[in-house]
Amino acid sequence: MRSTKYVVTSQDSDVLPSDIALRIYEIGREINVKETCFGVIIDGEEEDISATVEEVRKMDENNIFIKDRGFPPGDPRRCRAHRGGGARPGFYMMERESDILPLISRGLESEARGEEPPSGVETKRRPSLEELEAMINEEFS
Amino acid sequence: MVKVMVYPPTSMILADLVERKGHEALVVSKEVRKKVVTPGLDSPPLNMTPEDPKKGLKYAAVDVPSGVRGRMSLLGPMIEEAEAAIVIKGDDCTLGCTGCARTNELTRFLLKTKRIPLLELEYPEDEFQAKRFVFKIREFLEGLS
Repeated sequence: MRSTKYVVTSQDSDVLPSDIALRIYEIGREINVKETCFGVIIDGEEEDISATVEEVRKMDENNIFIKDRGFPPGDPRRCRAHRGGGARPGFYMMERESDILPLISRGLESEARGEEPPSGVETKRRPSLEELEAMINEEFS
Repeated sequence: MVKVMVYPPTSMILADLVERKGHEALVVSKEVRKKVVTPGLDSPPLNMTPEDPKKGLKYAAVDVPSGVRGRMSLLGPMIEEAEAAIVIKGDDCTLGCTGCARTNELTRFLLKTKRIPLLELEYPEDEFQAKRFVFKIREFLEGLS
């Protein structure tokens, strides 16, 4: 069965989509590669794709992210060239996640170095009613 | 290898982190792929057959909008297959085809009531949160195997 995947690079990565495409050509499997601004789309037999993905990931382990895609590249049901332009469905999610990819990359780097996560940093949250009441009492009494 | 459902079901970050740890990520694009390669399905951009909303009836009542049932025809089998789940809290990340609030509520509800290992997180907004985000996911996934 054929499989299609996105290979997306984080903004922190030194690897360019063209580097990934060249690496895939070097590997020499029967795979279609489409370069995009965010990475590449690869399409081929499932075994070839999964083996290639592992090798591509090694180029920059913490900055390359891989995602499955339902439609093959250039499918007229999704391709903008056939639909008269505009963002394709699914672009918005990728755009949202691309913003935080550098953060995730740094998290992965820290994990690779064996660092423990910072425990003292609390996630921002709204104070509860009781906490708010206590804060008001403390401030104004 | 454990089948881990990720929510939002189109999330690249979660699917990638799950597969880095050697588990199988259940994402909606794999379900869509099955439909894309099915001959005779030519109704873009809905990619549905008239049978799909009927399948969705298993998860949502007949008076629920057909969009919810249509989405559940894709997500329902994934929920049934899931052995664990990672869920992102907050709806600002559910965009595009995952932007149906009722489907999202129903999906989260079904995952919670399934009584499988479940990790709920929020997307990180700074580097410290990102480190904790990656650490929690790693800890959760290692605990599954």
